[in-house]
Amino acid sequence: MLADSRIEGTAKAQAIVPTKGRSLWTDAVRRFSHNRAAMVSLIVLLAVIAFSLIGPFFAQWSVERIDWGVMGSVAEKGAPSIETGHYFGVDEVGRDLYSRTLQGMQVSLMVGIIGSAIAVLVGTVYGAVAGYFGGRLDSVMMRFVDIIYSIPYMFILILLLIMFGRSFIMLFVGIGLISWLGMARVVRGQTMTIKNREFVEAAVAIGQKPSAIIFKHIVPNLLGVVAVYATLLIPEMILLESFISFLGLGVQEPSTSLGALISQGASTMQYGTIWQLGFPLFFFIVILFTFFFIGDGLRDALDPKDR
Amino acid sequence: MILFILRRLAVAIPTLLVLIVASFILMKVAPGNPFAGEKTLPPTVMENIFARYGLDKPQWQQLLEYIYNVVFRFDFGPSFQYRDRTVNDIIAQGFPVTFTYGAWAFVIATVVGVTVGIIAAVRQNSWADYLSLGFSIGAQVVPNFVMAPILVLIFTLWLRWLPGGGWNGGHWSNVILPVIALSTSYFASIARLTRSSMLEVLSSNYIRTAKAKGMPSRDVIFRHALRPALLPVISYLGPVFVGMVTGSVVIDLYFSTGGIGQAFVNSALNRDYSTILGITILLGALTITANLVVDILYAWVDPKIKL
Amino acid sequence: MKSNRMIRAAVGAVALLGATALTAPVWAATVPEGTTLADEQVFRYRVLDNINTLDPQLVEDVDTSAVVRSLFEGLYNAGPDGEPVPGVAESYETNEDFTKYTFKLRDAKWSNGEPVTAQDFVYAWQRAVNPETASAYAYFLGVVGIVNADAIMNGDMAPEELGVRAIDDKTLEVDLAFPSQWFPRTLSHATLYPSPKAVIEEHGIDWTKPGNIVGNGAYVLTENTPGERVVLSRNAEYWDNENTVLEEVQFLTINDDNQGLTRWRAGEVDQTDIPSGQYPTLEAELPDNAFSVPQFCTYYLSINMTDEQPNEALKDQRVREALNLAIDREVIINGVLKGGQIPAFTLAHPMTAGWTVPDVAAASMTQEERDARAVELMSEAGFGKDNPVTINYIYNTSEAHRQVATVFGQMWKEKLGVDIVLQDMEFQTLLDTRKAKQYEIARNGWCGDYNEVSTFLTLFQSTSGQNDGGIAYDDVDEWLAAAPTAENSTELYQQAEAKIAEEAAIIPIYFYTENFMQNSAVKGWPYDNVEQTWYAKDLYKVAE
Repeated sequence: MLADSRIEGTAKAQAIVPTKGRSLWTDAVRRFSHNRAAMVSLIVLLAVIAFSLIGPFFAQWSVERIDWGVMGSVAEKGAPSIETGHYFGVDEVGRDLYSRTLQGMQVSLMVGIIGSAIAVLVGTVYGAVAGYFGGRLDSVMMRFVDIIYSIPYMFILILLLIMFGRSFIMLFVGIGLISWLGMARVVRGQTMTIKNREFVEAAVAIGQKPSAIIFKHIVPNLLGVVAVYATLLIPEMILLESFISFLGLGVQEPSTSLGALISQGASTMQYGTIWQLGFPLFFFIVILFTFFFIGDGLRDALDPKDR
Repeated sequence: MILFILRRLAVAIPTLLVLIVASFILMKVAPGNPFAGEKTLPPTVMENIFARYGLDKPQWQQLLEYIYNVVFRFDFGPSFQYRDRTVNDIIAQGFPVTFTYGAWAFVIATVVGVTVGIIAAVRQNSWADYLSLGFSIGAQVVPNFVMAPILVLIFTLWLRWLPGGGWNGGHWSNVILPVIALSTSYFASIARLTRSSMLEVLSSNYIRTAKAKGMPSRDVIFRHALRPALLPVISYLGPVFVGMVTGSVVIDLYFSTGGIGQAFVNSALNRDYSTILGITILLGALTITANLVVDILYAWVDPKIKL
Repeated sequence: MKSNRMIRAAVGAVALLGATALTAPVWAATVPEGTTLADEQVFRYRVLDNINTLDPQLVEDVDTSAVVRSLFEGLYNAGPDGEPVPGVAESYETNEDFTKYTFKLRDAKWSNGEPVTAQDFVYAWQRAVNPETASAYAYFLGVVGIVNADAIMNGDMAPEELGVRAIDDKTLEVDLAFPSQWFPRTLSHATLYPSPKAVIEEHGIDWTKPGNIVGNGAYVLTENTPGERVVLSRNAEYWDNENTVLEEVQFLTINDDNQGLTRWRAGEVDQTDIPSGQYPTLEAELPDNAFSVPQFCTYYLSINMTDEQPNEALKDQRVREALNLAIDREVIINGVLKGGQIPAFTLAHPMTAGWTVPDVAAASMTQEERDARAVELMSEAGFGKDNPVTINYIYNTSEAHRQVATVFGQMWKEKLGVDIVLQDMEFQTLLDTRKAKQYEIARNGWCGDYNEVSTFLTLFQSTSGQNDGGIAYDDVDEWLAAAPTAENSTELYQQAEAKIAEEAAIIPIYFYTENFMQNSAVKGWPYDNVEQTWYAKDLYKVAE
């Protein structure tokens, strides 16, 4: 019985593998759309992104103009209101929080998505190669990761930002340099487990080239974990950026990010201007939540063995 | 296994050396120097100070002397910032603090995260799944520099249950808030990774076989599913460790614990070369050790991986 | 000879009429009759994370000075209104032209029971200027006028050549390079405290650790945990110990202003700084606990006045003046800072002893007049909204600086069409950039080291190492060089300020105030001392 199921399993795996390209995705989309939490999150996320792009057209105040009438008595006069045109209220210096929050969302989303994209691309390939070939190559590649890992990255980030000045590019470089490491490690671990599975043994047995095995067998099986990890990464990138803003090293004034706004809002929490923390934090949390649930949905949808 | 450890240790040494050299170079390239202050010093005094600390020697000589002192005498040199302390003093005082609350945070984050992940996986798509996941995500998405002041407002100001800062030699009441603020950042990540990996394992053949045999679910989960399910989580613990080190900066800042995270940022900002290098080496060694432990743990859990 | 000395003393006494007297009252915690003292006499004071050393000759910043002030004591202390009161010295005499001071020391003891002698001061002061000590405040002795201080600091003379000597165990003689009536005011500065030679020689770098450190102040060091706290407790050997009320002083490190306020409300700390902009609200809520006192510092913008100024427009005096005029200081003070700060059009703090702020044109205009004049000047120089100037402003990363910069940046933009590029950087980088004269306009600030106007105005000397703007005017240099010895020194200083204001070589914004919350049980605080030198031995807590 066992021997039969083994052969069956291998045959099935082999049968599935070549046509996986097409049916996997349509299957996946179908499964994803049945996952309520994920669909709701996807819609919410798209709405938020749309809002961040279209919202500025409705703004009555620019990102940097100071409302002199309100400035100085923000707690009394700076609350959100439709009449003053400050839909979200004003920040401590009297600038419109609505436009600033929108810009903050744009920046944070960009950082999260681009940062994760870098991590996924670099990390997956790197980790899969290391995990598959194992031995010497794996040792060297992982030692390299270890070395970079051991350098307290915050220190590197601070120094990079000090040396090269603060700019978007620097932010991406800094975040990108660090973010692929974790992915590489996880992918390598998973690869080492997958490569010992039957269908890989079979593929090796029939003489498939390593690059084909990696890209056709291993990577697709990694997609589940990679997708989840990637969607874990986006929130982490956004949180990382907020930490960098908190340290005072994020985007330059008058540009802002959700992290910077939250950091500033948190410092005025106790002074009756709770909207300064409320609005940016609300969008921040919503964005992160949606990425989490989408990640789950993706995982459920892409795993070929699930249900 | 022993050979594996020895091999790793053998590689650790050049890793640390590369770390030292890279950090040294980065530090020296950054503008500023440890003795620049708002009140400019007369050039002769600057010369004297530099001579006193050996900063007037050629850079390569400084580097070699530093390495020699560290390796053969475990002497990390004097601090440039704290005129009456050595780096050894700073580390000896700060490290136990960070390690105490860091270790607790690590344990709690892992335990809570894994528990939530198991519950969510076993009760997939039920209320228990959504609620527990929601709780952990909610805890994680509030950045710790917002969480910390909120915790202090609640527990110190309103409830008067816990002190708002200080370390008091490690009194339990001073440890609680730092641990909460630090650990919450990882609940969701660990939970979700556990959940997704658990789901994958739970749908695999041998689990189905076990269930078909009539094994009680509890045994199925804990005796069969948990070990392999934890694999990606274990890989992830490396980044969790590094993240806690970074997070400790915020914790030290808010709770004035006197820990090493803050000493680290301060030394970077004040160009305290020797302290930066000392803490970097310490953290580097720690990271290498942590990664080693993670790899051993991984191999222990997955019998197919041979070290 | 005796009669000679008596005549000299008489002359000295006459000369000092009205100024700090020979026999000023000793100051200590004066608890009024019938006050019930609190059971727990512990004062918890919030500091930032910068207690870098406890060695008096190495102390550099305000918070550290506060700690060291309780561990050591100088010849004279600063009284509650800023006037010197006797410390280790009981009295002093001076010669006719105030170039020689002779101090009579009392019977004071170190915390290890050893007597404090004049030799301890000689040792400490020589140590301060000794290049080997590498003290950041070595220049202080030269600035206050002690003979040969600068030469020793530069390595041209041996420390023993310093113009200070011990006539006997209880008599200290000081020679000054120029007449200075204000010399006693400088004695409360940490650099001039005595140090215990034997202890330093025995322990070396470790001498300031708890258990090793020996001081002659009202308190001794019990605990020093960097990043967390410093704890001091009563020194029984202090000469005025019976008047000390506080048993323990704790300096708690709290980095975040808001956290400090929260913990103050929770009763964990007795005194903390008020976060920027919150003074009016807190004053309204807790009027008995919120204080705003003048602080001996000026906030100003440094303009790069050297040839390396990258921005051509800023080389034109009219542009600089326009920028100066267009800033509405009232709006910044009332809208952003809200701490009762004072608008500044000149550099030296108005509460500096013996100083009157000179009238400069900008100060007496209304803001409308200033704005109009600014627009006029800009167009005269060929700029305006149609031909905008772009200015690069650098400042060190801080919420408060950012807010101020945002506000005046907008003012420049709206009134003059100036495009301002705000660039914040961390402190070290700012210092470097300023020093290297690689900037257009930079944020700057200066706090006085001693209560006399030269502490501010020597900044304008072209040879001064503190002259970040590279200001170099021959007449200013002349006036500043002549002022210490001149009869009409105040006039000369005022001329210098006026000239700088005319040239708009710097843009002063405001004079600082210190805003803090204080527990109502704390009494004895020197609210009127512009330098805010407070002594824990003068404080006491009453029962609630």
